Amino acid sequence: MNDNKPKASEEQLVYADLLSNGAWTGIGILVVTFIIYVSGLLPNIVEFDKLQTLWKLRAAEYIHETGAPTGWGWTSLLNNGDMLNFIGVAVLAGMTIVCYLRVVPIFVRKKDTVYLVITFLELFVLLLAASGILTAGGH
Amino acid sequence: MLTRIKKYPGALSLLIIVVCCILMSGAVFVYASMEPAPPPPTVSDTAWWVWPLGLFVFTFVLGIVAVLGGVGGGVLYVPIVSGFFPFHLDFVRATGLLVALSTALAAGPGLLKRNLASLRLSMPLALIASAAAIAGAMIGLALPTNLVQTLLGATILGIVFILLLAKKSDFPNVPKPDALSSALGIMGIYHEESLGKDIEWHVHRTPQALFLFVVIGLMAGMFGLGAGWANVPVLNLLMGAPLKVSVASSVFLLSITDTAAAWVFINKGAVLPLMVVPSIVGVMLGSRIGVRILATAKPKAIKWMVIGLLFLSGLRSLLKGLGIWN
Repeated sequence: MNDNKPKASEEQLVYADLLSNGAWTGIGILVVTFIIYVSGLLPNIVEFDKLQTLWKLRAAEYIHETGAPTGWGWTSLLNNGDMLNFIGVAVLAGMTIVCYLRVVPIFVRKKDTVYLVITFLELFVLLLAASGILTAGGH
Repeated sequence: MLTRIKKYPGALSLLIIVVCCILMSGAVFVYASMEPAPPPPTVSDTAWWVWPLGLFVFTFVLGIVAVLGGVGGGVLYVPIVSGFFPFHLDFVRATGLLVALSTALAAGPGLLKRNLASLRLSMPLALIASAAAIAGAMIGLALPTNLVQTLLGATILGIVFILLLAKKSDFPNVPKPDALSSALGIMGIYHEESLGKDIEWHVHRTPQALFLFVVIGLMAGMFGLGAGWANVPVLNLLMGAPLKVSVASSVFLLSITDTAAAWVFINKGAVLPLMVVPSIVGVMLGSRIGVRILATAKPKAIKWMVIGLLFLSGLRSLLKGLGIWN
């Protein structure tokens, strides 16, 4: 009976499998790094007791006051507990990019030109956002 | 006009979203140079761990309520946390986006595998929405806080009206797919368990939907709300996708749209791990409990509670932005 149910397309199933693994990996990393963070095993860029006064500020002012990194600057500060959490955040925010890259060869093989173009355009948009090139004016 | 709205149920959601957009652009002019100087930071007597613990408890309850009320966690998270917690709106929006993103990433794969979420339906719409979400996030981070808070309040009150007025259709009538959806091959088939049969579907009014997804993406990025409240009416009522396909594809769409906006917030340094992790874990655990409770609860009563909560938090946000209730 179940075999007669309509099946999702190959690219959809591949995308789903990869997304599932990545999402739960990201959430797992997030939890583990958070435990390391709050346990105080590593030093922090911004100490806990200072955070309470700083999280009321705009993001730009917070960065100015603390010297916390923007863009991908956190990658060079992974010996700090608070920065360690960004690994999980980056995995979660990066999974869609990985999944889009994964379906490219499937669309190529199927000669699905329209969806191949859509995939490349989406990759361009997401990579542009992730690159940190786009910055807005702060207040 | 009313007859036309009745004839095309999607027109209602379109009208509300467009009106929100016009109000937003009007408010931009009014508030362009009105941001007051931020208050000087004061030392707090509360232990630092009280806030993440409070966030965890709050988001756990939120996760339960969101599932029972049939709304995404993000749409409740941002107005309530920005209205009643001490965090700046920039951090709340970033966290709201990551909460919505995490729940979408966790739920999306199952929906794709069951062929309820459609990759072919979602990808073209996601392209438009994600590009707009980046613009929305950048605009939101550049505008004065009180303006964003005011617009957020107005948007939440608009969402309340959408939830109150928009009807849903399990299997909308789509007499003929439009040329664009035919060219893109947007169609599908899924097994409807309640009827025990396969349902074939296709969509129409794709160009109008693409236009609306520009607006939806902008709002999702600007306010960090997630956008299920807008995705579902457009997919279901305007495009004519079956309700289950609309809801599932909306969840999957969020995983792409929110990714784009989330990167802008991450790169601007608006992500505080002490807010993000308890919020994500709280909402996800709460959602799991909510799904179990759903089997025995009376969702209609809870839906009214959610609408009431949204109305209050929207009003609070509006009044806070206007400087009336600080």
